[in-house]
Amino acid sequence: MRCFAALMLVLVPPLAALGAGNADYAELPGGNFRTALKYEDSKGDTAVAPFALMRKPVTNADFLAFVGIHPDWRRDRVARVFAEPRYLSHWAGRTTLEPQALAAQPVVQVSWFAAQAYCQAQGARLPTWIEWEYAAAADETQRDARGDPAWRERILSWYSRPSNQALQRAGLQAPNVYGVQDLHGLVWEWVDDFSALLVDADNRSEADGTTSKFCGAGALSMDDREHYAVLMRVAMLSALNAEDTTGNLGFRCAKDIE
Amino acid sequence: MKAWPCLFAALVLMATSAIAQPTRAPLPGESVYRLPIQLIDQNGKEFAWADHRGKVRIVSMFYMSCPYICPLIIDSGKAVERQLTPAQLQQVGIVLISMDPKRDTPIALKSVATKRKLDPARWTLASPAPGAVRSIAAVLGIRYRALADGEFNHSSALILLDADGRILARTEKVGSQPDPEFLAAVKRVTSASAIAPTRPSQ
Repeated sequence: MRCFAALMLVLVPPLAALGAGNADYAELPGGNFRTALKYEDSKGDTAVAPFALMRKPVTNADFLAFVGIHPDWRRDRVARVFAEPRYLSHWAGRTTLEPQALAAQPVVQVSWFAAQAYCQAQGARLPTWIEWEYAAAADETQRDARGDPAWRERILSWYSRPSNQALQRAGLQAPNVYGVQDLHGLVWEWVDDFSALLVDADNRSEADGTTSKFCGAGALSMDDREHYAVLMRVAMLSALNAEDTTGNLGFRCAKDIE
Repeated sequence: MKAWPCLFAALVLMATSAIAQPTRAPLPGESVYRLPIQLIDQNGKEFAWADHRGKVRIVSMFYMSCPYICPLIIDSGKAVERQLTPAQLQQVGIVLISMDPKRDTPIALKSVATKRKLDPARWTLASPAPGAVRSIAAVLGIRYRALADGEFNHSSALILLDADGRILARTEKVGSQPDPEFLAAVKRVTSASAIAPTRPSQ
């Protein structure tokens, strides 16, 4: 089925993009959501509009099909400004995967620019942070499971596993209440506005505004132990540049719902 | 023999296009001008980001309604200007890119350029399409977040680009006193490019 989807993508890109859109995306209803991020300027709930999110992270096979159609994103051709040298470095070749990268594993070692280009080619976009956090707050039965100690325990246990183990295939974990899989426990994921996550490393030590990295009152405080797992992601994303890649950072795409 | 006129024409064409487009060699992979986006400047003129190739430029991002840091960013650019010789000045462009294109229309950009007496020969104030702001900030390494009240929280940086769009230096020290290291990099590249092709400082 995956292989067929990949083949369709190569043969008839516009049609395949539409087809994949219906099968691979879950539709999430909108809602009011209390983010775990504590910003000085905004308190209370954020309204999240309905949107569609890929059920699984983008896999190596998916990304291979993409670089087949868009060779500018092959690791031998990509402009350095859009991807650092480790981009797709775990693939066997510029258009071959195995043995280190398996077709069904989520693609990693991809930059934000590459993730964005992939989603654009599908007529989609990267999810925003709030959309990602909203989807990731759910478990199998509840839309907001964040208050559930068992759920938190499960997520935290993933972070305590060593990250040098081989990645599992995408889509093995139980879908959450929206039908979305692998938001936790597999890879970390790019979001469209990763560079809006402004964590100022200096803002605890120094009250003097001139030493602060960011202008204005919008700094983010990260003192919420209950949301430790989510804040780990924020800390990681806030430390990355858009051309960076890592061995456990992938992505999935999102779409607006009219 | 019949091939000659054609070959001659081809050569002429190549020669003239080489003259007309002296910088049409492929952009280096590190060039920020690889980003294929359009902007609109304070005169309402649309241009491709890559059209800024061919000159050393100091680039920053800002937004016009910004009460505190953004005037300082302009001060920083002026402070660098004051330290350069006329010959060095001729080789530098200063580009301020808005992170708030919905409000920063050409008219709004123009009013700031006029109010702050920014030399139009050197200063470009420009807005990208709203969907391109995050990308241009990304190639420049600038982070920002729109706040609930319409202001922006952002990192403030001056970035020095060589004529091909490679980042040579950056500073996050903004204000009326230029960062000495950054200024030295500007002087180095504007002195060097008069005689030799520009080269990254490290």
